[in-house]
Amino acid sequence: MKEFTPSPDSASIVSVTDRVKPVTLGMAVTSVHFLGPRAAFVGGEENVAFVDAKGEITKVAVHSGGILSTASDGKSLVMGGDDGKVVSLDAKGEVTLLATDPKRRWIDAVALHADGAFAWSAGKTATVKSGKAEEKSIDVPSTVGGLAFAPKGLRLAIAHYNGVTLWFPNMAGSAEFLPWAGSHHSVAFSPDNKFLVTAMHEPALHGWRLADNRHMRMTGYPGRVRSMSWSVGGKGLATSGADTVIIWPFGSKDGPMGKEPAMLAPLQARVSVVACHPKNDILAAGYSDGTVLMVRLEDGAEILVRRNGTPPVAALAWNAKGTLLAFADEDGDGGLLEL
Amino acid sequence: MSDATSQKIPVTVLTGYLGAGKTTLLNRILSENHGKKYAVIVNEFGEIGIDNDLIIGADEEVFEMNNGCICCTVRGDLVRIMDGLMKRKGKFDAIIVETTGLADPAPVAQTFFVDEDVQKNARLDAVVTVADAKWLSDRLKDAPEAKNQIAFADVIVLNKTDLVNKGELAEVEARIRGINPYAKLHRTERCSVALADVLDRGAFDLDRILDIEPDFLEADDHDHDHDHHHHHGHDHHHGNGLKHYHDEEMQSLSLKTDKPLDPNMFMPWLQNLVQVEGGKILRSKGILAFHDDEDRYVFQGVHMMLEGNHQRKWKDGEPRESRLVFIGRELPEEAIRKGFESCIVS
Repeated sequence: MKEFTPSPDSASIVSVTDRVKPVTLGMAVTSVHFLGPRAAFVGGEENVAFVDAKGEITKVAVHSGGILSTASDGKSLVMGGDDGKVVSLDAKGEVTLLATDPKRRWIDAVALHADGAFAWSAGKTATVKSGKAEEKSIDVPSTVGGLAFAPKGLRLAIAHYNGVTLWFPNMAGSAEFLPWAGSHHSVAFSPDNKFLVTAMHEPALHGWRLADNRHMRMTGYPGRVRSMSWSVGGKGLATSGADTVIIWPFGSKDGPMGKEPAMLAPLQARVSVVACHPKNDILAAGYSDGTVLMVRLEDGAEILVRRNGTPPVAALAWNAKGTLLAFADEDGDGGLLEL
Repeated sequence: MSDATSQKIPVTVLTGYLGAGKTTLLNRILSENHGKKYAVIVNEFGEIGIDNDLIIGADEEVFEMNNGCICCTVRGDLVRIMDGLMKRKGKFDAIIVETTGLADPAPVAQTFFVDEDVQKNARLDAVVTVADAKWLSDRLKDAPEAKNQIAFADVIVLNKTDLVNKGELAEVEARIRGINPYAKLHRTERCSVALADVLDRGAFDLDRILDIEPDFLEADDHDHDHDHHHHHGHDHHHGNGLKHYHDEEMQSLSLKTDKPLDPNMFMPWLQNLVQVEGGKILRSKGILAFHDDEDRYVFQGVHMMLEGNHQRKWKDGEPRESRLVFIGRELPEEAIRKGFESCIVS
């Protein structure tokens, strides 16, 4: 990363704003994922907008209503909608209907496995479809807040009230319950499969060390954590929710137990979304005032990608090689930065 | 505040015991030619005949906030649904949340107080309770949920008045007033109430806590056929006359003084009161005149949650009175009165 060379004594922050290719999507945006070479900006409803390296926009209709949940592995993007449908979109722009809830309930959460298996939830029911095998469902005690596949094996974490259910869909009676009082929303495994973390309704994360189910409380946020991203190798978990990027250390076997998180890139605005670089120890952070920064994890050095003065940044993603950064605010104004 | 408030989507909470006519009112709201689009959040998804584009089935999942306060409950499903609905901003003008007949309105209301994201996008407009004129009196005796719904209401639609005679109607109204003299009460058949009387009430808008007088004192202005009854209510409220239908369990308590309050005494007292007695206090509201303060201070609360702000300058000639209202269960009246009086600047 030759570009990432902020000089330590410069009076003002290094800026690459002039190198950003602006993108105006003309729709509300909630997330972005790279599918092949193109950035796929997910709209609040109905459409996904592909943007190629030249900045050309191609919109694809994916749902006939709100798009509630997304998951991507870089090859396809799985989405759940308030039309009760689970669809996938591939890099060519082809849409495939994967499932329809028989009662057309909202598809609140989706997850995608590295081997192509996918999961979705409607109400209290989570369902997994793996290859040609039949769909398998499990009911949890309350509405599902989030889903995540473990990095190894076909194992699904289902977040709900008062804890997380861990389930091997191919093993009957295998559900294990990890209790913790409160409402658990999104859920994530650490890349090494050793830890499970949920973002709660209250402004806190909760974690479990899976070897012994020991609890890890990660509190102190002024606002709810809506965005989590693992740094390279899973050494740290970067999170939104505060006026700095909060990064919890997961490098050792004890995870963040008894440790303080790193707090980088403080601004007079709240971090709304974070995305760690896939290869280097840097991350991108979007803020509630529209600012986008690149931040070096080692020393917190910052580079300005986008100035403040717009609605909150809602979408932020790197491509798999880490050569392109895509972002957009809630109103669909964003950009692409090539490194 | 008004600018920000007006951009937020208003949410009307529709409660009422089983069979009182909630669905009838809901369908009236939706079918009337008002040019507005509603997102409707109902329970028992798909099982009731509601004709609307945007209907969302809810599970009424209530959970306790992790703050050690057992009365601090929120509707987790509403948090999730509001989040999803906000992706379709612009597709609707207002939201109606219909609760089950057995629901406590407090978790719904509290969701709009404590959830930052919900609060950013939506504002609670009013709790509207539909009551059955024929059966409410019975339900108030045997169903604590029905009592909660009456106590919590900003607007009460007393429905099916054609099924009772004048005496029975007077009795059920007196029972309602024994619990909640502050809600706007409308007598209806088949829920035929003007929509302006149930929607866009601003009952939780601090700027619109203009009067916290009992409803029937003003009702005389536009409603002349129930004079007899209003006097009972009036007398009851001020404690001068016979206490018709004093509800042993659920009451309202009003406090008033024309002497200024000491904010350094009052604020800690109020906060402590709702901390200690918040489980019993369903709703609270107040307009306050503080010592050496040119501005009116207004507050409102649901159980332990309070919000308050300076509202505006006292007008010339406007009596600088402080008035507070609590509605709740087994309120420790004497202790509250004493505490309040100790905050008066002597």
